[in-house]
Amino acid sequence: MNLATLSLRYLWARPLQAALNLLLLTLGLASITFVLLASRQVERAFERDLAGIDAVVGAKGSPMQLILSGVFHIDVPPGNVPLAEVQALARHPMVAKVIPMSLGDSLRGFRIAGTTPDFLALYGLATREGQLWSQPMQAVLGAQVARATGLPTGGSFTGTHGLGGGGDAHEAAPYRVVGILAPCGCVADRLVLTSLESVWQVHEKATATDEDERKALEAEREVTVALVRYRTPLAAVTFPRFVNSGTPMQAAAPAVEVTRLLRMLGVGSDVLRGVGVMLLLTAGVSVFIALWSAVRERRADLAMLRMLGAPPSRVAGLLLLEALWLALLASLLGLAAGHGLMAAVGWLLAERQSLPLTGAVLLAEELWIPGAAVAVALLAALVPAVGAYRTDVARLLNTR
Amino acid sequence: MIRSRGLAHRWAGGPHLRFPDLDLPQGGTLLLLGASGAGKSTWLSLVAGLLAVQEGELEVAGEHLRRLSAPRRDAWRGRCIGFLPQKLHLSEALTVEQNLRLVFFATQAVGTSAHPTIQEALAVLGVGELAARKPAQLSGGQAQRVALARAVLLSPRVILADEPTASLDDAAAEAAVWLLCQAAQRCGATLVIATHDRRVREALAQAQVLQLRAEVPA
Repeated sequence: MNLATLSLRYLWARPLQAALNLLLLTLGLASITFVLLASRQVERAFERDLAGIDAVVGAKGSPMQLILSGVFHIDVPPGNVPLAEVQALARHPMVAKVIPMSLGDSLRGFRIAGTTPDFLALYGLATREGQLWSQPMQAVLGAQVARATGLPTGGSFTGTHGLGGGGDAHEAAPYRVVGILAPCGCVADRLVLTSLESVWQVHEKATATDEDERKALEAEREVTVALVRYRTPLAAVTFPRFVNSGTPMQAAAPAVEVTRLLRMLGVGSDVLRGVGVMLLLTAGVSVFIALWSAVRERRADLAMLRMLGAPPSRVAGLLLLEALWLALLASLLGLAAGHGLMAAVGWLLAERQSLPLTGAVLLAEELWIPGAAVAVALLAALVPAVGAYRTDVARLLNTR
Repeated sequence: MIRSRGLAHRWAGGPHLRFPDLDLPQGGTLLLLGASGAGKSTWLSLVAGLLAVQEGELEVAGEHLRRLSAPRRDAWRGRCIGFLPQKLHLSEALTVEQNLRLVFFATQAVGTSAHPTIQEALAVLGVGELAARKPAQLSGGQAQRVALARAVLLSPRVILADEPTASLDDAAAEAAVWLLCQAAQRCGATLVIATHDRRVREALAQAQVLQLRAEVPA
């Protein structure tokens, strides 16, 4: 029997108290782990999805709504803008690239996005099987869409009107799946990509009563957003002003809006992290009380150890190791619970075609979790350990 | 062996206790007698190396305790002293076998062929079948045998027993004294029994006696 096994036996000699302390520590660590995982993944998802996009142009309204709908596809867009206006932007001297996107329909909750092949280049997308669209009404499925719908290459589907998945089906204009994208870990995983012409055709067929009306609609074609990449950093100052004051559209800077969004989300994560820290501190006090009372209850045991020849440091070490066991077990359970909770939330978000969060990721920052647990446990055990160190052995002889 | 000359101890804010000189040979038996407050516990603490020798000389098992630092006294105690307290202090969190294993944990000693195994130590005292039990499952007599097995596990040079027959009936008291003597004889240890039990004095009439008196010099 060594120090580690003996301390473990003493710890579990009072199973209820040990389990409650373990639970408190675990809850605190799990909360902190969850906040860490969620905030880092949300930040990374935003960074990844915004890579290469300097501005998003769309209908006037809330700039954040424009970013959330046009880049992350987790909100409804504020409206459409004329295709001609967007094409004019592409000729602006400060603009290097304009990628138009047309939204409006969905496939079982996944958005159908009409765009150009430039969108695939923006995210470095490649097909896992099949090929890209070459004509209207051909579609390429994102990896998550293919997995969730089970649609194979060569299969067909009809889009439903609206982004929520509960609208009318465009039965007259079925799509054919020509390719499936390799997973990218970005927003394209949750999109059905097709040409702009496909989206226009679907709606022109659905609303035009005759050929004249269809031609009129064709002349007034619209897109939902345009992803813009600047030719020069100076454009960040002048281009949004030009769009906002000189056109019927608005230009939103993703970096500004995401910073604003993260600041708002940050309040929530700060609260959750604060709760985690409070739980940790509560656990620390609880561990202190448990060990302090253990020293009092086990005074005779500890004195007997001294009588048997154990130096004071070994007796004190016994108490410190009990606390370390708690910290170690709570770290394992806390990390597991934090990742489990993250996985559950990720699953729920995936069901709603929202941000791709997962519990199956390890962050370097998580190394702080066992560190924090050990620090709390050792601090809590310090005074009891000193008490054990000073055990009065002579008292043993006076116990009658 | 225990040899003391001019041994005394002053408790902070307490009495200044002086102890009679003593020459007890290795393997001998000593009855430590005295009323409450006479200093029996203090004398046992000094002999066990729990208290530093302040005045006089004390040699136990060939070691001059005044010359040993506290850490060396700890190591020496684990090696040379077997202790049977009146309240047996068997850990309720551990089994009988684990309680005996504490001896190895405390001393960092490794069992050798010179020492009995835990099972042997228990078997010799007639409690070999109780190794897996918790102390709460033992009778008073069984618990005392387990505590004695713990005291003699490392074949100590000196066995200190503090009131081993208190609250025992005559038969159990006689058995306890016999077991102590047998255990001391087996490991060739010096046996010290602190007692004020007349039955022990009668059973060990041939033993050397150290009579302590509450004596506070002016």
